[in-house]
This record gives sequence, structure tokens and C-alpha cells, in this order.
Amino acid sequence: MAGLVTVFGSGVMTNSVPETENNDVMFVIGSNTKENHPIVALRMLKAVKKGAKLIIADPRRIPLVKHAHLWLKQRHGTDVALLNTMMHVMIKEDLINKKFIEERTEGFSKVAEAVEEYTPEVGEKITGVPKEKIIEAARIYAAGKRAAIYYTMGITQHSHGTDNVFSVANLVLMAGNLGRESVGLNPLRGQNNVQGASDMACAPNVFPGYQKVTDEVVRAKFEAEWKVKLPDKIGMTAIDMMYAAEAGKLKAMYIMGENPVMSDPDQKHTIHALKNLELLVVQDIFMTKTAELADVVLPAACFAEKDGTFTNTDRRVQRVRKAISPPGDARDDSAIIMELSRAMGYDMNYGDMSEVFDEVGRLWQNVAGINYRRIEKRGIQWPCPTPEHPGTPYLFKDTFPIGKAKFSAIKFNPSLELPDEEYPFTLSTGRQLLQYHTGTMTRRVKAIDTAAHEAYVEINPADAGRMSIDNGAMVQVTSRRGSITLKAKVTNVPDVGVVFIPFHYSEAAANVLTNPVYDPICKIPELKVCAVKLEKVQEDKNHAA
Amino acid sequence: MSIKLTIDGKEVEAANGATILQTARAYGIYIPTLCDNPALEPYGGCRLCLVEVEGMPKPTTSCTTPVTEGMKVKTATPTVERLRKTVIELLLSDHPNDCMICERAGDCKLQEFAYFYGLRENRFYGKRRQYTKQDGNPFLERNMDKCILCGQCVRVCNEVQGVGAIDIAYRGFDAKVCPSFERDLDCEFCGQCVSVCPTGALTGRIWAKKGRSINVKEVETTCSYCGCGCQLNLHVRGNEIARVSSKADTHNEGWLCVKGRFGYEFITSPDRLKTPLIKKDGKFTEATWDEAISYIVTKFKKIRDDHGPDALAGLSSARCTNEENYLFQKFMRAVIGTNNVDHCARL
Repeated sequence: MAGLVTVFGSGVMTNSVPETENNDVMFVIGSNTKENHPIVALRMLKAVKKGAKLIIADPRRIPLVKHAHLWLKQRHGTDVALLNTMMHVMIKEDLINKKFIEERTEGFSKVAEAVEEYTPEVGEKITGVPKEKIIEAARIYAAGKRAAIYYTMGITQHSHGTDNVFSVANLVLMAGNLGRESVGLNPLRGQNNVQGASDMACAPNVFPGYQKVTDEVVRAKFEAEWKVKLPDKIGMTAIDMMYAAEAGKLKAMYIMGENPVMSDPDQKHTIHALKNLELLVVQDIFMTKTAELADVVLPAACFAEKDGTFTNTDRRVQRVRKAISPPGDARDDSAIIMELSRAMGYDMNYGDMSEVFDEVGRLWQNVAGINYRRIEKRGIQWPCPTPEHPGTPYLFKDTFPIGKAKFSAIKFNPSLELPDEEYPFTLSTGRQLLQYHTGTMTRRVKAIDTAAHEAYVEINPADAGRMSIDNGAMVQVTSRRGSITLKAKVTNVPDVGVVFIPFHYSEAAANVLTNPVYDPICKIPELKVCAVKLEKVQEDKNHAA
Repeated sequence: MSIKLTIDGKEVEAANGATILQTARAYGIYIPTLCDNPALEPYGGCRLCLVEVEGMPKPTTSCTTPVTEGMKVKTATPTVERLRKTVIELLLSDHPNDCMICERAGDCKLQEFAYFYGLRENRFYGKRRQYTKQDGNPFLERNMDKCILCGQCVRVCNEVQGVGAIDIAYRGFDAKVCPSFERDLDCEFCGQCVSVCPTGALTGRIWAKKGRSINVKEVETTCSYCGCGCQLNLHVRGNEIARVSSKADTHNEGWLCVKGRFGYEFITSPDRLKTPLIKKDGKFTEATWDEAISYIVTKFKKIRDDHGPDALAGLSSARCTNEENYLFQKFMRAVIGTNNVDHCARL
């Protein structure tokens, strides 16, 4: 999100999901929408039925491909080259929106210069996408009257993730495709309340509402509301915390509802870091792999057992309601935090969750107009500064939060670990439809676990044939970090030379293999590309079915 | 362009291309249907929405007939009411009478029409369809002998979900909805078909014997899986979720995915943590809340005193609510005194 904040001053979806059905062009890059945002995908299908053109850029034959007009199968990690080539074509064919560039952006000339070398021929060479297709994609996108781009972790989980985001933003700015209904740039958020957790500033550099901890005026406002002196130094990111724990500088961690052992890259390192702490407190609904390492585990209530709000991917603040009671002695996370605060000597008391939300509203203008009464029936999309404000379906109508949007000249950099002789395959990781994230919840749903019981690695039939790996055979996948053994799923979803592993399964955790290198700006790990080798596991005759 | 017509003597207006059924609905005039769904293309299959139009020799299906200027429509003449009753009777003549144990009793359109038309005895006797259940999937229960062939499941799978996993095979009396070659269902298991099925032909497997409508209350909430933020109705009986549904007037238009619709079983998993645990000599032992809180607070305070507040850090969760996240960072900043707080937006 750091990328979009630099470009616009805000890093959220510019449009709302319902607007999708009125797109006339949809460019989906690095998002397996049908499996990861199934309901957004339904709006996309609706748009296709109404005549919209769907362009997909994805190295894998994702389910949405069968509905696409154009599929650009770029090599893993070559998005910048693909996008720069599209921009090259748009500039050469004069398909850019000069008025928009002139009035609402700055820095265009540097980008024009940077993409000069990305001719369709160069683009084809780097990405593997036939140049005719790249040219066609550029023309379709530029011609769209209501064109929108959708992306997710396929863009961001790279060592050059911020570059990828900048490139996507450059394309949007160049076409002037922003600030109108059904027109914009939409990073789809992966978890139910990723937007809300960001908004509420569970981040080391900002207070709620993206207000900098280093800003004296901001700090004074929070100090007045919270009646305590606040630290002015930027804190550690999750990634830094693990390194600090390993180095012995960080002594205690309090983890609420997170499972970094499963979700972070390089599992060995994460486990080592957490074990090195003097005190690890984990608050969760299940004994996760992370909780197993804890000194104290606190049982929490799940979403159906508590009141509150989630903010979804299109900035919609919606109610969560208590339907049943939590099991045993489990308690609401909020009740636990309040009790810990009081025991620490800080008076933290709220009658109910609406009072907490009202406090956020006093500190952050964008949700000041939202309260529980207003969202009783349906959610409201922020910004919503006053109680009369209807909420904001799409952003940047007249201006950007930073005034003029910023172009950034970006050159293509390959992923940091590419296949070589020893590790000849590219490994990409992600989710699949049935399971969710680290599997803590879905693996405890019998029906889901029956249907998607086992970890697997997707292998292209050509590779499988060459290595005589049958569908369902056990294979060992090894990277420079570690090795896991799992079933082969022979399918034409990944390309030749590429394998894909969903990261939900702790017994064959994909993040044993992934490369813990990070984007220098937003510190996102490169989970989408690393090099691995495959070996067939010789079946033990006794265990052969 | 607006078209003027009368329905049951009432003067109404409709846009060009609107059907009689759509127009009637817009004016609150009720016409019964079984196969119509406003989210799907008109189908004209169930023959329940027949109306009489002046100048037309026979009753016509209102769901597929576009309005025309000056049209005079009658929706409830004795003739169409008799026809509707016969349609329901014919459907019931080949329908198992097991409302007593049917998952959809109380929420079944066929049962409702039988009630309104007072149908207990049936004039029609004859062969009945009997199908053996053969589904291997763990999500959907398909009782094809309760199917009335309204085609909504086929259409929703194709038109909305874009999957096309099922279609109507065979003709006439033998017609039935099935996957290609009558294999087991192999689809995205979104359950959109279940949500539009007007009878008990399609239900959720995990709904079985969890409760229908008596003593069940519905609680509106937001799904806890992906960022779509779909609006859910949790059907609660006692302290258990009996099923999950969603309403058509939500931003997700009532559609859900497999996880949202069928993925709630973890809530009552026996693996849920039920008591605080403190590790002693490498093993977890159960503790009271007071013990756990005082254990943590003593250590937090000692570490802060010895090494400063920046020796502590917190990770919060994109799975928790806004309020919990707000309180969590407030705890780290205002109570502990550090900005070492983050969550996993990057993963």
C-alpha cells in the first residue's frame, strides 16, 4: 500500500465492488479473483455479460481465464516489463489522456523516457507474451470509457512489489482512468478486515487514520484523547520484529489472531525468532502453530460471538454481530485487552463496542460521520466526514489527497531468486478456493477438509511427463531454505517450468520454501517467486495403496 | 420511453422492454411464480405466472411477455387461478409428501402454494420419479425427486456463477437436473443453486437436523473470510449456527462462496481454545483468567522496566474487528508505550 500512498496519498480501492458490473474494460493483473474474491468475480462476470472486455495478465491459467477476451501469460515476476510495454504502445500510438496528465499529475516525462526502451519486441522477450497481445491489451485498456484495474498479491508479493504497484498506477494515470464511477485502480484486500486493521493503525508508523506518529500536532491530539504521553519514534514492522527477536533485542511479543509461523516466509527463521523471546503471548481461537510456541495462550471469541465492525475491501464499514456465546472461558479480544490495560495500570473501559468506534471517529475525520446507528441496516463507505454524508463509493473525483498524482519512472528488475541448474523450477504460492489463509478455520470445517484435504503442488503436464510424475504421486519440493513432501497435481494451470503450492497446509507448509527477501519500501516478502527442484519420492511398497 | 398499460384495472407505467411480471411487481401487484428470479433471465417454465391479456386468445406467461402500449392485464381471474391450482396439483402429484422431515419445510415455495390453494387431496395419480442419491460431495444434498424443474439452479450456475456445472438432461417425465454424464457434482460448491431452489431438492448437507424455522433466529453479520465483506444471515438455534444465508438486497446481492456459506463449522470445533493456558516446563497447563493476566502483566512490566518499552512488540490481526484492532494499538502505544505494532497486510 506504500506504493499507492506515494502516488495518490491514499492506498485503497478507488471504486466500490458493485461499480464493477458497469466497467466496459477490466484489466485483472495478479489476482486470482474467482478463487480469492469470489463475489467480486461475480460482478466481473456480470460486466462481461453486459459486453465488457476482460483482460487478464497472470502466469497461471486461473479460472477467470475462461471468461477473458485476452490472456497475457507473462513470466513470473515480469509485470513491470509488461506494463511498461503497454505504456510504450500507448505513448507511441497517442492513446494517452493528455488533459488528465497535464491537469492532475506530475512527472509524466520521466516515465515516458523510462518506457522508451520497452518496445513490444523487448516486452515480448522479457515477459514471454507475444507482442501483438501486449499491443492489443494497451489499445483495449486505453479505449475504455469505464476501465478499471484489479490487482492483489500477485502484484505486491515480490521483492519489487512497490515497483509493480507504481507501474500499474503509471498506466492508470497515463490513461486518465481515475476519478469517475466504475473507473479506477482497485487493490482487492485479501482478508476480511485487512482494510480495517490498516485504518485502525496496527502499523508502526501511524496512528489510526494514517496519521503519522512523528507529527507533533497529531501526537498531541491522541495524547489529549488517551490522556497519556505517547512515543514519537517509529516502531518495528512485523518482519523487523522477527529479526529483533532473533537478535535478542526484542524480549516480549503479544500476538492477537495472527499465525506468523504459517504465513511468514522462511518458517525456520520465524520459529527460531519466536522461541528466542522471553515472553510470547498468543491470543487466538485455536492452538495455531504460533500459539504452540507461546508462554501464555489466551482463548478468544470468534466473529459470530462478538459485536463490532469490519471494513471490507471497498472501504465499507459493516456490522459484526454476536449470534452465539463463545465456548468455555473464551472472551472477546476487546475484553481481554481492556483487562490487560487495567492490570497494567491504565484505565480502559468501554460500555460497548459502539463507544470504541465513536472514539475512532473523534480522532479520524474519514469515519467521523459513521456510527452504529447509521450502519444498522447497511454499511457506509469511508470517507464519511459528517453524520449527513452518504459515504463515498469512488475516490479522487476532483483531486488527490496529495494534490497532483505522482508518476514514478520504473525499470524492470527480475525476481531475486530465479531458476538455475540446481533449482530449475519457479515456485509460486497462494490460496485456493476452498481453504483459507493458514487453514486454521477452514481445516476445521469437515466438509471443506473432505473436499480439499491434502496439500499439493501443481505441475504442468509437460514437466510431469518429462519427470514421469503421475497425478497424485508424492514429490519432494526443495528450495535453498528447506524441503517439503506433498502430492503432485498435474494440471495445465501453471506454465511449463513453474509449480504452485497453496500455503494453507501446516504439514507441507509452502513457507518452508519461500525466499525471505523483501521489497525495500513496503517490506512485503517475495512469496510469489523462488527457485525449487522437484524429486519423485519412491513409493514404499508396503504403503502403496 | 415509457409505456402505459393497466393491470387489474390500475393504470401503470413501465419502461420499454419490461415484462408484465416486472411491472406488476413494481406496483406491488402479486403474481405467483416458481421459476422466476429477478437476478436471472426470464424462463417461462413453471406456468404459474399466467395472466389474461385482453385480445390474446389464451393466458400468457407474465414473466416472458413484454408490456405494450394500452395493454389490459388481469392477474387473478377465475380462469388463471384454476390453471395455477392445476399446475400446483400436477407438481404435487409427483412430489414426495415428506414435509415433516424436509429441511426446507416452512421455507418451501411449493409447500406455501399447496397451503394457499388448499391442496391436500390430489386428482392426479400415476408414475412417480424415484432417484437414488449418488452425490459424493460433502456440501450439497440433492434430492431430485423433490425437484420441480424450475431451472433456477441451472441458470444461476451458468448466468451468475459462470460455471455451468449442471443442466437439464432427458425429456418430458424423465427430465432431470444433473452434471454432465450424471457424474458426481464437481464444481465450486458456492451453493448459489441451494439458495435459489424453491423446494427441498437442494439443501446443505451440514444443515441436516440442525433446525428449520421454529426456535431459529436470524442474526445479520459480516463474513469473516476474504475482503469481499459479504453480508450473512446466521440462522441460530440454541448456541449453534444451523445454517447461513444471505439476502438479495445486500451489496453481495445474496450470493456467497463455498467458505461463506458452508465454512462455519470451525466455530463449534472441539479444538476451540476454552481456557487460558500457561506453559510450565514446556507443557501447557490450564489457568484462570486472573492467573494468566497477572502472569503476563508481571512479565510485561519487568521487561519494560529492564529494557524499555521498545523491547515489547505486538502483532494484531486483519481477522479481528476494527474496535479490537483500535484497542490493541492503543494498548501497545498508550499502555506499553511503544509503536512496535503491526499486522499482516503484506501476507
